[in-house]
Amino acid sequence: MADLELRAISKRFNSHAVLHDISLKVADGAFTILLGPSGCGKSTLLRVIAGLEPQTAGEVLIGGRSVDALSPADRDIAMVFQHYALYPHLSVRENLAFGLAMRKTPRNVIEERIAETAHLLDISPLLDRKPKDLSGGQRQRVAMGRAMVRKPKLFLFDEPLSNLDAQLRTNTRIELKKLQQRLGVTMIYVTHDQVEAMTLGDVIVVMERGRIRQADPPHETYLRPADPFVAGFIGTPPMNLWAGTLDRRPGGWIFRRGGLEVPVPPLRTDLSGHTDADVILGVRPEDIRIEPTAEPSVRLEAAIDVSEDLGADQILHCSVMDERIIVRVSQRPPIPAGRRLSLSVPQDKWHLFHENRRLN
Amino acid sequence: MAQRLLLACGIALTVAGSLAPFLWFALTSFKTQAEVEAVPPLWWPSGGWHFYRVALFDHHLLAYVANSVIVAGSTTMLALAIGIPAAYVLARVKLPGKAWFLGGLLTVSMFPQMAIAGPVWRLLADVQGLNTHWGLVLPYVTFSLPIVVWILASFFRELPAELEEAARVDGCTTWQTLTKIMLPLAAPGIFTAAILTFIYAWNEFFFALLILTQPGKQTLPLGIALFQGEFTIPWGELAAASVLATLPLVLMVLLFQRWIISGLSAGAVKG
Amino acid sequence: MMKSALRALSADHAAAWWMLVPALVFTFTLAVYPVIASFILSLYRIILSMPALGEPFVGLENYAELLRDPTARQAFLVTAGFVALSTTLELILGLCIALVIHAQFPGRGWVRAAALIPWVIPTAVASQMWRYIFNDQYGLANLLLFGDRVAEYVPWFASPGVAFLIMVLADVWKTSSFAALLILAGLQLIPDELYEAARIDGAGLWQRFWHITLPLLRPALLLALLFRTMDSFRVFDLAFVMTQGGPGDATQVLQLYGYKAMFTEGRMGYGSAVSVSVFLAIFFLSLLYIRAIGSRLLERNA
Repeated sequence: MADLELRAISKRFNSHAVLHDISLKVADGAFTILLGPSGCGKSTLLRVIAGLEPQTAGEVLIGGRSVDALSPADRDIAMVFQHYALYPHLSVRENLAFGLAMRKTPRNVIEERIAETAHLLDISPLLDRKPKDLSGGQRQRVAMGRAMVRKPKLFLFDEPLSNLDAQLRTNTRIELKKLQQRLGVTMIYVTHDQVEAMTLGDVIVVMERGRIRQADPPHETYLRPADPFVAGFIGTPPMNLWAGTLDRRPGGWIFRRGGLEVPVPPLRTDLSGHTDADVILGVRPEDIRIEPTAEPSVRLEAAIDVSEDLGADQILHCSVMDERIIVRVSQRPPIPAGRRLSLSVPQDKWHLFHENRRLN
Repeated sequence: MAQRLLLACGIALTVAGSLAPFLWFALTSFKTQAEVEAVPPLWWPSGGWHFYRVALFDHHLLAYVANSVIVAGSTTMLALAIGIPAAYVLARVKLPGKAWFLGGLLTVSMFPQMAIAGPVWRLLADVQGLNTHWGLVLPYVTFSLPIVVWILASFFRELPAELEEAARVDGCTTWQTLTKIMLPLAAPGIFTAAILTFIYAWNEFFFALLILTQPGKQTLPLGIALFQGEFTIPWGELAAASVLATLPLVLMVLLFQRWIISGLSAGAVKG
Repeated sequence: MMKSALRALSADHAAAWWMLVPALVFTFTLAVYPVIASFILSLYRIILSMPALGEPFVGLENYAELLRDPTARQAFLVTAGFVALSTTLELILGLCIALVIHAQFPGRGWVRAAALIPWVIPTAVASQMWRYIFNDQYGLANLLLFGDRVAEYVPWFASPGVAFLIMVLADVWKTSSFAALLILAGLQLIPDELYEAARIDGAGLWQRFWHITLPLLRPALLLALLFRTMDSFRVFDLAFVMTQGGPGDATQVLQLYGYKAMFTEGRMGYGSAVSVSVFLAIFFLSLLYIRAIGSRLLERNA
């Protein structure tokens, strides 16, 4: 086990830059998620860490030591691939043994490790089967086992659950979480699934177009997204975001968009000089109330255009003046479309951004 | 209905057209000398194995068979040993200029033999390679490489890249990745390439004619082409020899039809 | 730090290059170099039987002679005629065979194997076989056409035109199945849905063939056409074994003409000029081929 540090990693393919100046520290034993839409560079970053792609600039340090000159095999990492990459012509046992055998590990140690890993992952009965005779979930476990059996410093996962069906994905996710807690190993995990990211990660690194947008614990990322991209990317349905301007009024600041005026919450950043600044105001659908609250809040008169009943929750697509707003409520019986509502948003639930920075 | 009738006719014509001429030749090989010389020709033979005995023992056919086996066998081995690593690199490693090499190989497979005959003959004369089996194997290997490389490259390309990355993480060098992971997976492709190379070397005529002038060294096609009797062409013996030369190939086609077809159409390279 | 990352990678590249080396050595020594050497030889007058003449450099004189020589012109015409006729027939027959072996029916594997048999038979054997079939006394052709009327038996190979046609027939018989395989690969790429849609639209068997199969088969047909053209351009075995170029020069194809010039008459230089000419013709065709079909394959590797 070891910590990981990335120093100013850049990667370009020919003239096309896919990673810009990525710096990141991952603590020993942390479960770190690389999250982002497809094409954001998260898989490339993982492959740079693995040594499968050389970076164009920057440095990768594992356990405080630069590994740039080392081949993937010498970096003491293990990787779980998206399609598992189990060797089809080898049995499960041989698949597990392969990496150890390549390192000239003594026969008895290999046997021991395989037994231990197979027991841990509950795949002992499968050891003599070929990958093609395994179910998707079993293959996934074997792929994990192949990584674990080597006891590497660092585990790398490239969307390892994306090929499982929904039910299995949930189960495996929980198993994985348990496993990580038990082993206390350092894991880097690439995914585009925010549920996986929120549930598994100690830290979520949100990436977009080759840059890190935010690297924080899940609750922090959810509660205080660092910029409009993260705000819109994390959460289902996504946060309501409005572009508008900021005006100084006696007694505070006002967000304005068309005829809509919203008094904004206290800002952390000093905004003198920001009068008429272009800002983005956001609020999560689940933070909007449809009955009056005691907290200091902003009231908005809305009309429901479409109402979607999800069973437990209801998604209301509403108009406030000319703006669209999505509201998520748990209300029985469901509210039909056409109804007018008075929405209230607690002051501390607003998110305000200016030039890709958070203001509050 | 019309469609089924048409298909039935097509099948009958394909099978008959493909087999009938050779069957006639094969029938001849079982005739007696008198039946071979009968005018008008007779349909059915009654001579049994006479011509086979004559061909095998009086015309030393076994020596030709042995030469063909040696030449075709070593060509296949060597072409695979050289072609497999090349195909792997060309399919999987990002190298500058490799597209040129693949295109060049394709062109080489279409070289007219005469265009290289003179210099190859001189080259082999310089290294005492004329009238030797290895002297024939060298050009055979060269001209089977395009088939081998194209078939195997298209095969390697289909294998998932993740497997190689997993192997690299597991500590394999490029060579180990090839031998431990990719080769076992490419076995069907290798088998196909081996069959096609063997057929090519077994059947090749031009270089055999150029390089092997001593009867004791010659391969079957050469023996059959130059088959001479004292006065007339000994058709019965020739037919028997032809059947023997063709038999292994017919067996291969019957057994491995699927592989041969996939191999020929995969790289779309002529065998 | 960047350099070291590059070094780790280039060690792998070095190994990759080494794995290519044997194939490169073979290809250069026995294919590329000989072609260049042939071209150089073609610029000299080398007559093996007359070493006293030395080996003088004559520039393009051999090529000039090639253009003047009526035998060479005849060889070119025979070859061109052979290419045009055999390739056309092979494509048509190949398409028919491909349609048959593409259809679904029990025992299809056996029919495919049967269709492959002419292709797998050594050309030397096929040549002798057809020579026997068209034998003036013992041949199947005469038996089928004239039966017992021995007096009417035709010495087929005595007629230049007929001998040429027999050579074409033998080639068509032997290689149509190869064309069929290339076309079959194209047929397999046409989705069944299209035929079903056409049937719903009311297209009959012939219309489906004409409006769906044929247009979608164009790339495969082009591929087969170019392959067969290039390959039949270098025909040698058939002519050598079946007719030795005769009667007269009726079946003397270019490669046979070059072979005789070089190895029978010992005219190294002139024979090389013939070879280089054939090479250039085929090289030009293969460039066409790479442009038409290969580029797609090559891009994937680039």
